[in-house]
Amino acid sequence: MRRFLRSGHDPTRERLKRDLFQFNKTVEHGFPHQPSALGYSPSLRILAIGTRSGAVKLYGAPGVEFMGLHRENNAVMQIHFLPGQCQLITLLDDNSLHLWSLKVKGGVSELHEDECFTLRGPPGAAPSATQITVVLPHSSRELLYLGTESGNVFVVQLPAFHTLEDQTISSEAVLQRLPEEARHRRVFEMVEALQEHPRDPSQILIGYSRGLIVIWDLQDRRVLCHVLSSQQLENASWQRDGRLIVSCHSDGSYCQWPVSADSQQPEPLRSCVPYGPFPCKAITKVFWLTTKQGLPFTVFQGGMPRASYGDRHCISVVHNGQQTAFDFTSRVIDFTVLIEADPAAAFDEPYALVVLAEEELVVIDLKAAGWPSVQPPYLASLHCSAITCSHHVSNIPLKLWERVITAGSRQNTHFSTMEWPIDGGTSLAPAPPQRDLLLTGHEDGTVRFWDASGVCLRLLYRLGTAQVFDTDTDPNDNLNPQGEEDWPPLRKVGSFDPYSDDPRLGIQKIFLCKYSGYLAVAGTAGQVLVLELNDEAAEQAVEQVEADLLQDQEGYRWKGHERLCARSGPVHFEPGFQPFVLVQCQPPAVVTSLALHSEWRLVAFGTSHGFGLFDHQQRRQVFVKCTLHPSDQLALEGPLSRVKSLKKSLRQSFRRIRRSRVSNRKRRPAGLMGEAPESSTRAERAGLQNMELAPVQRKIEARSAEDSFTGFVRTLYFADTYLRDSSRHCPSLWAGTNGGTVYAFSLRVPPADRRMDEPVRAEQVKEIQLMHRAPVVGILVLDGHSVPLPEPLEVAHDLSKSPDMQGSHQLLVVSEEQFKVFTLPKVSAKLKLKLTALEGSRVRRVSVAHFSSCRAEDYGEHHLAVLTNLGDVQVVSLPLLKPQVRYSCIRREDVSGIASCVFTKYGQGFYLISPSEFERFSLSTKWLIEPRCLVDPAETKNHSQPRNSSGTKRASGQARNSGSQSDGEERRPGLVMEHALLNDERVLKEIQSTLEGDHGSYGDRRSQRSTAGYSLSNGGAE
Amino acid sequence: MNRSHRHGAGSGCLGTMEVKSKFGAEFRRFSLERSKPGKFEEFYGLLQHVHKIPNVEVLVGYADIHGDLLPINNDDNYHKAVSTANPLLRIFIQKKEEADYSAFGTDTLIKKKNVLTNVLRPDNHRKKPHIVISMPQDFRPVSSIIDVDILPETHRRVRLYKYGTEKPLGFYIRDGSSVRVTPHGLEKVPGIFISRLVPGGLAQSTGLLAVNDEVLEVNGIEVSGKSLDQVTDMMIANSRNLIITVRPANQRNNVVRNSRTSGSSGQSTDNSLLGYPQQIEPSFEPEDEDSDEDDIIIEGNGVPRQIPKADPNTESLESLTQIELNFESGQNGFIPSNEVSFAPIASGTNTEFEMCDADQKLLEEDGTIITL
Repeated sequence: MRRFLRSGHDPTRERLKRDLFQFNKTVEHGFPHQPSALGYSPSLRILAIGTRSGAVKLYGAPGVEFMGLHRENNAVMQIHFLPGQCQLITLLDDNSLHLWSLKVKGGVSELHEDECFTLRGPPGAAPSATQITVVLPHSSRELLYLGTESGNVFVVQLPAFHTLEDQTISSEAVLQRLPEEARHRRVFEMVEALQEHPRDPSQILIGYSRGLIVIWDLQDRRVLCHVLSSQQLENASWQRDGRLIVSCHSDGSYCQWPVSADSQQPEPLRSCVPYGPFPCKAITKVFWLTTKQGLPFTVFQGGMPRASYGDRHCISVVHNGQQTAFDFTSRVIDFTVLIEADPAAAFDEPYALVVLAEEELVVIDLKAAGWPSVQPPYLASLHCSAITCSHHVSNIPLKLWERVITAGSRQNTHFSTMEWPIDGGTSLAPAPPQRDLLLTGHEDGTVRFWDASGVCLRLLYRLGTAQVFDTDTDPNDNLNPQGEEDWPPLRKVGSFDPYSDDPRLGIQKIFLCKYSGYLAVAGTAGQVLVLELNDEAAEQAVEQVEADLLQDQEGYRWKGHERLCARSGPVHFEPGFQPFVLVQCQPPAVVTSLALHSEWRLVAFGTSHGFGLFDHQQRRQVFVKCTLHPSDQLALEGPLSRVKSLKKSLRQSFRRIRRSRVSNRKRRPAGLMGEAPESSTRAERAGLQNMELAPVQRKIEARSAEDSFTGFVRTLYFADTYLRDSSRHCPSLWAGTNGGTVYAFSLRVPPADRRMDEPVRAEQVKEIQLMHRAPVVGILVLDGHSVPLPEPLEVAHDLSKSPDMQGSHQLLVVSEEQFKVFTLPKVSAKLKLKLTALEGSRVRRVSVAHFSSCRAEDYGEHHLAVLTNLGDVQVVSLPLLKPQVRYSCIRREDVSGIASCVFTKYGQGFYLISPSEFERFSLSTKWLIEPRCLVDPAETKNHSQPRNSSGTKRASGQARNSGSQSDGEERRPGLVMEHALLNDERVLKEIQSTLEGDHGSYGDRRSQRSTAGYSLSNGGAE
Repeated sequence: MNRSHRHGAGSGCLGTMEVKSKFGAEFRRFSLERSKPGKFEEFYGLLQHVHKIPNVEVLVGYADIHGDLLPINNDDNYHKAVSTANPLLRIFIQKKEEADYSAFGTDTLIKKKNVLTNVLRPDNHRKKPHIVISMPQDFRPVSSIIDVDILPETHRRVRLYKYGTEKPLGFYIRDGSSVRVTPHGLEKVPGIFISRLVPGGLAQSTGLLAVNDEVLEVNGIEVSGKSLDQVTDMMIANSRNLIITVRPANQRNNVVRNSRTSGSSGQSTDNSLLGYPQQIEPSFEPEDEDSDEDDIIIEGNGVPRQIPKADPNTESLESLTQIELNFESGQNGFIPSNEVSFAPIASGTNTEFEMCDADQKLLEEDGTIITL
């Protein structure tokens, strides 16, 4: 009967569902995992990054983003834009070429793959004959020159990839046309460089790895000039006027050669080994760039002294007697220098250096003194220290937003004020509807505040908690790396620093109150910090309180890590969030749940041993409760202890490997590296097959009270509700454990005027044991209208209707297996939805979300957004617990992706698709943040220089930035808040009307609404 | 025995045990010495005496700690009843000629409230006369084969009653593949199989499941298309009342029905569930689904009790079945108001107070069944 009713569906409800729910993966935030190629179009001012998994990502002005994925999941080796066009060529490690283009469709540009092509040699030729090493898109826009391992240069016509065999420049042909004295040496081997003459499209430069460089006349098919170097050639390029060639070599030298028509073998104009005299590593790429002032910029990669600095990933810039070796913490994939785009201009005038390292993108301002780096508006390295948790806060009040930005701007003074130089394309996306913060906790004890309102995930503020503790290393060490000598002039750049010196600092839980600016963060070693936003720097001692969660339990011995040692004296804190109290759980196990109530000034925290409540106003512990089952020994041993030490040793050995790794040759960086993962996946696959031969077994056993980690506190929740009787409501704290137990405490919080005088009291009133004993992952109280209770202070800030305290409240307990609604204050079972018993999936993440209709402006409903262990996202209705929609979102094997998922209050979500990237998805038809942008090839920007860098412009630039921001902000919030209010009111009424009578009234309402011109049910709210 | 004794000592702790006996609509309360319960005959006489039914042949039953109605008809199960009662021994008495034997057994008191009402109200209509084969003794079923009449002969639907036993379920499952008859001919499809039975476990002790039996359904849900982990989670989620439909690896022990004569369920034996899903209408519908409705609430006073079902509101379509259920019991909500006078409040805990709530009268009958 029940099943029958469930399956019967209501067509009007189905229609309404279509207006409310829709699943989209909208945008990927962060830095692409395992980048393998870099491309840049000076005319479009767009950057392209290819990855080892075959993705191509294009970035222009903030908000302008495109992504394409090759069907073959092969690493992208090279990316080249066709000159002046919205097209690009990618070379994959399977030697295939792909032509992509940005096409305008419906006013928005889209990236599509047009063609693909694999170069075929004559029958019987060795595969290396057609193994492409260099790609040169010719400025005629029709021809592609392909240098190969065999030394031949093939010519292919675009866009159809038609091979022009008669134009192939074979190494034999070149040899024949060389003067006698150059022929006797083995001068060929693979093509290392192919460059078109900057002024004369009929000449190209061909560099061979043995050291020969020729200038080839495409029309007459002859050698115009040749130079022969004694060293292996790494790369070669023209200078702007085409009269000089610069080449770089495997011995760490670079040379400048004059181009002269006579066929005498010229001597280099100059040759230098910048980091000699001891043996140096190869310089793999060099730029020689002219400026109006006359002194050139030399930018080159590598060339460090082999013995002492051979493991560094460096790019050096030399200009006007200054030399800096920018030292990157991860391998440099490729780099380019942004120069004057107009080919007719007399000078290069380089203004920015763009470096794609393996873990981050670094842009260096070459115009400003000291060459500071530019803060990227996107491509943030989320994983500069590994992400350990995340927390999303929707609809931040303007005040808090500005204070966080102000605090963050003080941390960013070392960045250049140059506007982001990669600014191609136009973002057409509407301004983000509200201000959203995504907070990420990291292994090194930092919390990063990201602007998650729009397409670009931007770092606003960085909070460090390590300074509260005495750790092995002084944080000041990092600022002053190893006190190195002056030569080479190394300078660390970038923010990627994956090594945490103390894993106990890791942040596990974050809770921010957006109204009061109170923040609670909790970490791996049982530390709970309560912080307050302060606009001034302060020197204060952090008060320490210990919470003994074991209480009177005897005979337990904690074998896990020790607690962190807090500093005793006053600590200096920068403006921003400043800790004022530290609650240390004992035993110092990982904090597994955290809740903050800013109105009552209470913070609740839980570990695998129990939970406690702390009054941060009076700085007093209210109570602790041990949830341990007497037989649960494992919880006490500190299960992470062994893992931790293993992790530590692994980390150290990785560091060692990293240090000693010989820098890879630039040509096949991903190739050499790419083979390893491929073979390992193959091994994995083979392993999987073997496992299937010996079948995996699963034990079928009921959960029992004696299972391990039943006391593990999974969720904590504050609610003002009817806990004792139905006449008086009171503050309450709810806790759910891994063993299916829910504890409810009634709290007595003194009124505001006596808040400091009387203690907060708590008393356990209820304890519910779910018989299925599955972990409790969510607790929620619904008010008399079955609407979830608002957040603390939300009503006070007029952002929510006050909850209905007349009708009877209901308690929703979500376990991994079931959703269950109980009545309050007398707990009796009312409704339930079994998930696991019916589908075999378990709840991993659950959150209340408000879904607005895409049709009716002010219609919306509160529901539960659910992520299961199978990676499905579902919407379950409130309060009737009916499944609404289900979409598969994350691969079920992607455990870390599932574990990292967070939902927003408006039906969006984030999860990690790699250590460095968040995928953003939306379940809502209305709240959809996705890139919409236009790239117009005709409108190539001629202002090649960035618009500032002088002192006055610097200030104006800042003002412009902040001005536009606050302008937008001031216009928006009114609207947004109004909107939110309307929404809620409508929802309340809808739900009320549902409760009052007809269930199938959605359709009625809708049809009525359409006839009555949207004017019913709210009394003409329109 | 003497009532004054109970008044003074409360129950349980001082070696006495409170007994609450119910015959028809009447309750009697008295105490027993826990250490010296005496013989069944004496107890029987005592019951006849306190209920003032000296010459009526009755059947005596008690609610055990799991909420099952079990018979008391000899010294052994009488002693068992006394020793396990905590804190209260609840006795149900039926006239022998009106007795409903089906009331006895596992899950009777909690699960089937209508059965309980039959016990409480023996004079009302009874669905069908029960054939008495033998009395269940002091044990409860651990497993059964169900739905034999609607399943193909190659299949077997086994119900494991984990609830109330200390034994582990005790089996393992694995991935495998089986051959199915499909419209396109024979096809090899992935399936879930029992891979191991734990010695001494429930699964092994029933003898109804064996290694290499293919699992087709878990509590009415087909497992095809589900991963091993999903099926594992489903079984664990249903572990307290697990019903698995298997295709036994060893088909020799099958009950062979005469398909020519029966006709009603005589499907071709080698059809799979996939081919004929409509024939496998699970017959264990709503009441079994709620088999885990035994969440426990401990209120501030520290007395655990089971969480009752809320009064269903009209807002829930799904709860129609519950409405019926409760309505039915509501009709029989005849617990006399004078019960309070029989059971003075002095005797105990707040559970007693809650009984006084008018709308809780019947639910309270479950409410005092305490599991911990």
